[in-house]
Amino acid sequence: MARIVAGVGPSHVPAIGAALDLGKTEEPYWKRVFSGFEKSQAWMRECKPDVAIVVYNDHASAFSVEMIPTFALGCAAEFPPADEGWGPRPVPVAKGHPALASHIAQSCILDEFDLTICNKMEIDHGMTVPMNLLFGKIEKDGQWPCPVIPLAVNVVMYPPPTGHRCFMLGRAIKKAVESYPEDLRVVIFGTGGLSHQISGPRAGLINSEWDKHFLDNLSGNPQKLVKIPHIDYMREAGAEGIEMVMWLIMRGALDDKVDEVYRFYTVPASNTAVGHIILENKARKTAAKPKAKPKAAIKHKRAAARAKVDRVRA
Amino acid sequence: MARAQQHDYDDIPGTFVFDAERSRQGFGINMFCMSLMKDENRKAFKANEAEYLKKFNLTSEQTEAILKRDYNRMLELGGNIYFTAKLGATDGHSFQHLAALMTGSTQQDYAAMMLAGGRSVEGNRSRSGKNTPSKFLSAEPAKKATAKKAVKAKAKAGKARVSKPKSKAKSQKRK
Ligand SMILES: [Fe+2]
Repeated sequence: MARIVAGVGPSHVPAIGAALDLGKTEEPYWKRVFSGFEKSQAWMRECKPDVAIVVYNDHASAFSVEMIPTFALGCAAEFPPADEGWGPRPVPVAKGHPALASHIAQSCILDEFDLTICNKMEIDHGMTVPMNLLFGKIEKDGQWPCPVIPLAVNVVMYPPPTGHRCFMLGRAIKKAVESYPEDLRVVIFGTGGLSHQISGPRAGLINSEWDKHFLDNLSGNPQKLVKIPHIDYMREAGAEGIEMVMWLIMRGALDDKVDEVYRFYTVPASNTAVGHIILENKARKTAAKPKAKPKAAIKHKRAAARAKVDRVRA
Repeated sequence: MARAQQHDYDDIPGTFVFDAERSRQGFGINMFCMSLMKDENRKAFKANEAEYLKKFNLTSEQTEAILKRDYNRMLELGGNIYFTAKLGATDGHSFQHLAALMTGSTQQDYAAMMLAGGRSVEGNRSRSGKNTPSKFLSAEPAKKATAKKAVKAKAKAGKARVSKPKSKAKSQKRK
């Protein structure tokens, strides 16, 4: 059985990608941002997922205003980086996992989530920046450490799906993954935010108090977050900060009880507050099964790895 | 521009929410911006802006806003920031240049504001004076509430006074 083992929530600020591509990561401004992800990359190397589902939004790259799907699942065998006007980012083409992706599509649609299926799509910074933040910088001719399944959510045209809808879709994705026969360790990314507004005279808005409450409730009390109406996101976290609803898909795909193993927060990266969290599902008991021994060993190793990853609060 | 319907989010100051109405009105603006993803189109636009814009079925106000690089007006007339940013990039401007333009400040001042933590939400929530923070912010997380209840229950039971538990949230503030 496949299983979602953890969820990660990183921002996907485009300037982070540009800083990485232009070799600015050692500049003090950017070092402040990138240093917050060093432990996450170590965590990810230990976690070694077989597949990553990445919930993100397209920013006028793969989708224009001609078609605006609310939830679009990437079922292709590969996803090239999009040309966002400066040439594609120098990152590898991401390999997909068409078998698991189409299983998720089928399961979710029968579960009454009418996903749009994308058998050909390019991915923009909304997806490649979080992958860099968690997997590290990888040269164009290299390879991402695991296949990915993009889930593009419309947060550009109002209204995006509600927080509750997002959370419930996460639940449906969890169910889908857990009904996939192959033993796969899956990590799910929720990306975007945190507070920011990049449009109009109110551009530059940041609300760290809001962001903190959001992160504080994400692990233990997501039911409170799913009730937040869109108007509150837009007033408090900025017109573009509404994309934080995507984190709730990630949270919905995890167990009710999770361990927050890492958190990072800094202001600003370009125009945006950068937030990051790692939530782990608790290890499930498999004692009765003959497989228990090797699994226990793995658990042990992972527990040791977890102990290494200090809790950092910013 | 007159809106066909009023929405709760029209009360947010300095903000043009890109909703279905604006998406419909601004289709031409956004498709024009999208066309700038291709180098040959960027060149054609730069060679003769007014002529190039004729292809996109724009209103005269929309054309004027684009020619004048009036970014707020473009948003008001249905442009979306992720699209109009492509026009800025075609002009060779950084995004912060556009942000400064839209906020009516110099790029230096804007950058300094961001470094200092950004624009505060205080006083920037509402045109009509709805400046109280979201209910979501004022309510306590459930865990904290239960913890308090437990403390109260203990106190009622006549046990020694328990000092108020520090909420997890508060202790996290310290680095
Ligand atoms: Fe985004």
